[in-house]
Amino acid sequence: MFALLKFGFIQNTILAGSIVAIATAVLGYFLVVRGLTFAGHALASIGFAGAAGAVLIGAAPVYGMLVFTVGASLVISLLGREVRERDIAIGVIMTFALGLGILFLSLYHGYAEQAYSILFGSIVGISRSDVLRSGLLSLGVLAAIAVMARPLLFASFDPDLAEARGVPVHALGSVFLVVVALTISIAVQVIGVLLVFALLVGPAATAARLTYRPGRAIAIAILLGLAYTWLGILLASISPWPVSFFIAVLSFGVYLPVRLLVRPRGRRAAHPHGPAGLAPGLPLEEQRHA
Amino acid sequence: MLDLLRHDFVQNAFLAGTLVAILSALVGYFVVLRGQSFACEALSHIGFAGATGAALLGVSSLLGMFFFTFLAAIGMGALGRRLRGRDIEVSMLLSFVLGLGVLFLSLYTRQASAAVGILFGSILSVTRLDVIITLACGLLTVALLTVLYRPLLFASIDPEVAEARGVPVRKLSVLFLLLMALSVSEAIKVVGVLLVFALLVVPAAAAEHLTHRPLAALLLGVLIGLVSTWGGLALAFIGHWPVSFYIVSLTSLFYFASLAIHAVRFPGRYREPPHPGREVLPPAR
Repeated sequence: MFALLKFGFIQNTILAGSIVAIATAVLGYFLVVRGLTFAGHALASIGFAGAAGAVLIGAAPVYGMLVFTVGASLVISLLGREVRERDIAIGVIMTFALGLGILFLSLYHGYAEQAYSILFGSIVGISRSDVLRSGLLSLGVLAAIAVMARPLLFASFDPDLAEARGVPVHALGSVFLVVVALTISIAVQVIGVLLVFALLVGPAATAARLTYRPGRAIAIAILLGLAYTWLGILLASISPWPVSFFIAVLSFGVYLPVRLLVRPRGRRAAHPHGPAGLAPGLPLEEQRHA
Repeated sequence: MLDLLRHDFVQNAFLAGTLVAILSALVGYFVVLRGQSFACEALSHIGFAGATGAALLGVSSLLGMFFFTFLAAIGMGALGRRLRGRDIEVSMLLSFVLGLGVLFLSLYTRQASAAVGILFGSILSVTRLDVIITLACGLLTVALLTVLYRPLLFASIDPEVAEARGVPVRKLSVLFLLLMALSVSEAIKVVGVLLVFALLVVPAAAAEHLTHRPLAALLLGVLIGLVSTWGGLALAFIGHWPVSFYIVSLTSLFYFASLAIHAVRFPGRYREPPHPGREVLPPAR
């Protein structure tokens, strides 16, 4: 079992997986709090089109993903506040990008195999330079989040009050989505387009259910994300099943009992701006004392 | 071009495409009205797990999709609350079934061709039997929608008032999710899991920008869906690119055009007044 660790590719996978797990857990928390999980799912799918386009012109998939997801995140950040219309617009952008992805794939003659590894990720194809690039990008992402954590939390909990207090709510939201796009582009390499979502939402949703305190929730999310990733890679390397399956099952397997058994403290009154997963309706001040 | 229509597979593709376009646009209108586009997206990915699971067991993929999407629809209905993009429960379910789909796929075959067919659609491999099943599902859906039309519309637009008036909102919600599951499964046959959104939500959303009258929006949605599907098939026979790409491009084009028309008809910074049944989130920007 530990003999496995001697293989270079397993080391690379574990390193890249850990980096990705930390970045997605932190970003995922804000995504869950801001009710933007659909945007997360859409950005991952849009990354697929970018990757396919890059493969077509002979570039590394990661660069195509970066271009497409960052572009799409800028467009999404221009959309309105009404949930129904925004969901639809996000969906249209996502579907159109996927259509482009299919076109790129059909123009490229490596068709199925390429699509398979972009969609589902691979744990054997990660090189040391991939690890390095993921590490650098993740550091940038985490630094950006560290700088804007407080105003971003404020803007997520009570956008109106934050705006009145002079927090640049709109600019923060845009920067946040761009950071999400960067994170997804890094993560897709390891876990694939279809299941980035599992790492992004799973740990964060469970953590947000366990505690209202943002710092603690983020710490729990990171721990959960790392545990899922390590266990997933371990199980995948000793079984014939794919790593993304294990990560998805672990994250759902932990979330389900937490969701059913842990009752969040405080009222869950409906508040139009209430963040999901926390206690909507209670201002941050009250939640601290709840 | 017309010679092509003599081929069986072309006829089947046109028949199935037509039926699915009508069915999806009708159900899609209510999906848009109810703000359940994320649930629709999730159901389509759940169909992916169903289809790959069915391939693993060696049964028809439609059967697998029906089974999985129906279960998921009942599960989502049991959640009771409105299904919106923010819903963590839907997100978690989505990522879990995707994991299952990936597992089934890797158990079934090490090759990716099966996955590609399910993910991106395979309208040219539709059989006559598929067409007949689609027709039966379509008739059932139209019949149900006709019977439920008024209460469903009421419950979709203003659930609180509808409930106060004695409309069984909860039961309608589950029933509608089942209808959605049915049409999602059908649409997967034509455009594939990843692009169900293009047939279900996009035509209806475009139609809703152009008119606020329910019946007119329903018919317009059907029209947009049909034109996109037929146009997509015709273009695919002339050009060399995949059918799904053409269909998606056409429906997206309609959507963006409808946005532009909406902006012209309501110049300035017109915003619809916030509806009591609708939810406003903290800004994404």
